[in-house]
Amino acid sequence: MKRTQILWMGTALAMLGLPALAGGRGTDGELRITFPQATSTLNPYLSSGTKDVYAASMVLEPLAGFDENGAVYPRLVSEIPSKENGGISADNMSITWKLIPGVKWSDGTPLTAADVVFTGAYCNETDSGCAQAFKFDGIEKIEAVDDLTVKITFAAPKANPFNAFVGSQTPILQKAQFENCMGAAAAACTEQNFAPIGTGPFRVTGFSVNDLVQYEANPEYRDAAKPEFATAMIKGGGDSIASARGVMETGEFDYAWNAQINPELQAQMVAAGKGQFIMGFGTNIERLELNLTDPSPDLAEGERSTAKYPNPRLSDVRVRRALSMALDRTALNDIGYGAGGSPNCNIVPAPAFYASDNTGCLTQDIEGAKALLDEAGWKDTDGDGVRDKDGMPLKLLYQTTVNPVRQDFQALIKGWWAEIGVETELKSIDPGVFFGGDPASPDTAEKFYADVEMHANNFDGTDPEAYLAALTTDKAPRPETNWIGTNYNRYANPDYDAISAKLAQTFDMNERAAIAKQMNDMLTKDGMVILPLILRGNLSAMSNTLAGVKVNAWDSEMWNVAQWSRVK
Amino acid sequence: MTDTNAGAFSDRAHSPWAGVWRKFRHHVGAMVGAAVLILLILAVLVGPWLWQIDPAFIEPKAADMMRTRNLAPSLAHPMGTDQLGRDTLARMLAGGKVSLAVGLVAMAIAILVGTAVGVLAGFVRWLDGPLMRLTDFFLALPLLPLLLVMVMLFRDALAGALGIELGTFLLIVGAIGLTSWMQAARVVRGEVLALKEREFVLAARSIGTPPLRIILTHILPNVLSPVMVAATLGFASAIITESALSFLGLGFPPDFPTWGRLLYEGVEYMQMEPNRVLFPGLAISLTVLGINYIGDGLRDALDPRQRLR
Repeated sequence: MKRTQILWMGTALAMLGLPALAGGRGTDGELRITFPQATSTLNPYLSSGTKDVYAASMVLEPLAGFDENGAVYPRLVSEIPSKENGGISADNMSITWKLIPGVKWSDGTPLTAADVVFTGAYCNETDSGCAQAFKFDGIEKIEAVDDLTVKITFAAPKANPFNAFVGSQTPILQKAQFENCMGAAAAACTEQNFAPIGTGPFRVTGFSVNDLVQYEANPEYRDAAKPEFATAMIKGGGDSIASARGVMETGEFDYAWNAQINPELQAQMVAAGKGQFIMGFGTNIERLELNLTDPSPDLAEGERSTAKYPNPRLSDVRVRRALSMALDRTALNDIGYGAGGSPNCNIVPAPAFYASDNTGCLTQDIEGAKALLDEAGWKDTDGDGVRDKDGMPLKLLYQTTVNPVRQDFQALIKGWWAEIGVETELKSIDPGVFFGGDPASPDTAEKFYADVEMHANNFDGTDPEAYLAALTTDKAPRPETNWIGTNYNRYANPDYDAISAKLAQTFDMNERAAIAKQMNDMLTKDGMVILPLILRGNLSAMSNTLAGVKVNAWDSEMWNVAQWSRVK
Repeated sequence: MTDTNAGAFSDRAHSPWAGVWRKFRHHVGAMVGAAVLILLILAVLVGPWLWQIDPAFIEPKAADMMRTRNLAPSLAHPMGTDQLGRDTLARMLAGGKVSLAVGLVAMAIAILVGTAVGVLAGFVRWLDGPLMRLTDFFLALPLLPLLLVMVMLFRDALAGALGIELGTFLLIVGAIGLTSWMQAARVVRGEVLALKEREFVLAARSIGTPPLRIILTHILPNVLSPVMVAATLGFASAIITESALSFLGLGFPPDFPTWGRLLYEGVEYMQMEPNRVLFPGLAISLTVLGINYIGDGLRDALDPRQRLR
C-alpha cells in the first residue's frame, strides 16, 4: 500500500518535473546524511579523503563539475571553455574561464577572479602539503584577466585542460578568509578549515571533528528557490552495515554514502521498504595483477621481484591466459557485489567513449585453460595434481588485503586454479600495510613479493591518459626508485611505452580514444598482464522520501544537493 | 587458619595426588568440564576421519556452488554451509584443531613464564625489582606493533624452515604466549609475597627445607588458584588474539579455518544465518567454560584447607 503510493508519487514527480513541485528555499526540514567514515576537515586541499571532499562539497564549489555521465558542466562559470568559444587556445596552451556575474559568498561578498587565483596559489605553496596538487600538474600560471575572467596557462600543450577547479576536489576558497592560511599556517587555521565560506547551497553552522557536520541553507545562494532543505547534517562513524541500516531499516537517515554490503544483506534491507540502493559506476576495477618478475624468497633482497629475473611461471603469456580463462567472473560478482558490480574485461571500463569492446573473458573455459597449459609444456608428470615443467611445480603465491569479499574471491579462485592444475598459496595483508607504500615493508603492493595480487584501482575524472601511462617500463617499482612506482607488474614493452608517449601528444578526441583502447587491449586481452575481474560501483543507500538524487561516480555524490528535496 | 599444616601433612602421608584426584572426582563442575573438553579434543582429532569432507572444498561449477551456498543445517551438512558452499562441520573440525592447539600451547607458555617470573620475583628479594620492571615493560609495550615486527622478522624464515603452517603456528603461539604472561606474573608475585611470611612457610624454612622444595611443595600448590584463573582467561584470549591476528593478515593464510576466523566471518551473516556464529561461538565458549571448571575443581582439590573438610 505505502509502497505503491511512493511509487506513484515517484512517477508523478518524474512526469511533472521537479520545479513544479518545488516548495522554495528551506521548506523541507532537515536533510540527514550518514557516512561510515567521519569527516575530519572541511578543507579538501588538506585531505584527500573522499569523506572530507564530499562533506565540503555541500559548501564549496568548483568552477565546473562532472555530471552523472562524466561530462563537464558549468557551476560558477557561464559556459564551459572550448576551442569553438575561444576558451581553450588553439595551441592547447591555455584555458580561460568566465565567472557568472553576481555570485556571492555566503557572507555576502562577491566572488571574483582573485579568489580563483588565490586558490591556485594556496595549493601551490609547497610546504602546505596540498592534497590535490596533482590536479594542478603542468600549470605554469593562473592569472586574473579581469574581475570575472581567469586564465590558466600550461607549461606544455595540454590535451585535457579540465583538471584544476573542475570537480569537487578542487573547489574555490574565499581569498579574504584563507589569506593568512598560506603555506605552513594551513593546518593551524582550524577556524577556517572547519567552517569554510563557500558559494554552495549550504553553509556550515557546526562541526565536531570526526563526528558531525551541521549545515543550514545558504541565504546568498544564487538560485533563490534552492536548496529546499532548511538544514542538513552529516553524521560519521560506524560501519557500512550500520549506515545502510540507518537508511533502509530504521529510517534515521535520508542518505548513506558508501553502504558497501554483501548482496544477501542488500536484498534483506530492500525488503524493509524504506529505501533503495543506488549505484554509480565509475572506473573502479577489481583486478588481478600478475608479476612478470620472479618473487622467489631465494633471491637476494634487491633482486627479488626485479627485472633481473623474469617470472619462471608467469612470463609465458599462455600461462597467464590460462589463469584468466579458468575464472568465472560472473560467479565472483554474484558472490561479492551483486547489483553493486558487474563482471568486466577492461582496465578502462568507462567512459564508454574510451572503453574497449572486449568481453572475451566473461565465459569461463576450464578445458581451454587446461589445453593451453598443456601446450605451454606444463604437465602433471608426478601425478600430484599440480602441473610441473623441468621439475618446477606450477605454484603461485596470491596476495590481497584483508577484506571479507576479497577472501571469498581468493578461496574461489584458488579452487578454479586447482581445477586446471595450478596450486595457489593465499596470503592476506592489512590494507594499511599493503597500500602503505613503506619501502621497508615486504608486504606492499609495490614490492609485490608474490606472483599474483588483487586490488582495485580507478582514475580521477574522465581521462585515462595518466592512468594508462602508469604501466610504462620506467614506472616499475625497484630498489633504484626506492620501491616507488605504479607499474606493479614490471611490464616492460617498448611498443607500449611508445604508444603511451603518443597519447600524450594527441589532441584529437577520436584518435585519443583509439589509442586508449589499444593500450587497454595490450594490457588485458592481448598481454594478459592485468586480469580485470569486476567493475565496482559506489553503492549508496537512499530513503524513499528523498527526491532529486542523481548518483554520480565522477564527482561528489552531493554534486546536485541543491536539487534534493523531500517527497511530499 | 593455623590448622592447615596438620591436615596437609597427614594427607601427604599416603599419596598427595591420590587425595587431589579423589577430591577432584567429586567436583561435579570439574568432571563435566573435563568431559566436555575431552569430547571437543576427541572430536577435532578423530572427527576428520569420520567426516571426510574437505573443509576447503568449493563446488567448481558456479551453478553448483550457488546452489550450495548458505544452506541451513541438514543431514548432508549438519552445521550448514558458508557463503561459498563450504561445509561448516568440516571447517569447525579443522578449525578446532588449530584453535585448541593455539589456545593450549600459548596458554602453557604464558602460564609457565608468568608463574616462573612471579615466583622468582616474590621469593628472591633482589630479583623482585628487575623482574617487575620487566613485567611493567612488557605491559607497556604496544602489543600489535610488537607482533607486527615479530611477524615481519620471522614469518618468512620460519615458514621456509618448517613449512607455512607449522611455521605460522609456532610464530603465533610464541607471539601470543610471550605477550600475555604479565598478569599471571603480577598475581603470582603478590600471592607469593603474602605466602612466604605465613607460618607454615616459616616453619618449613626453620627446619631447613631448601628454597626450591619450599617453592614446589608449599608455595606452588597455594598459588595454583590464581594461576588457574589466569590460565583459563589466557586460553580464551589466546583463541581470540589468534583470530585478531588472522584478521590483520598476520596469522594463518586466509583459507585456513580457525574458530576465531569462522566466528569473525560469520558476524556479517549473523542476522540471516545465525548458526554461522552460533557454532564457533558455542565451541569457543564450551572450551573456555570447560577449562574454567577444571581450573575451579583443581583449585578446590589442591587447596589444603578445603581438602581437610
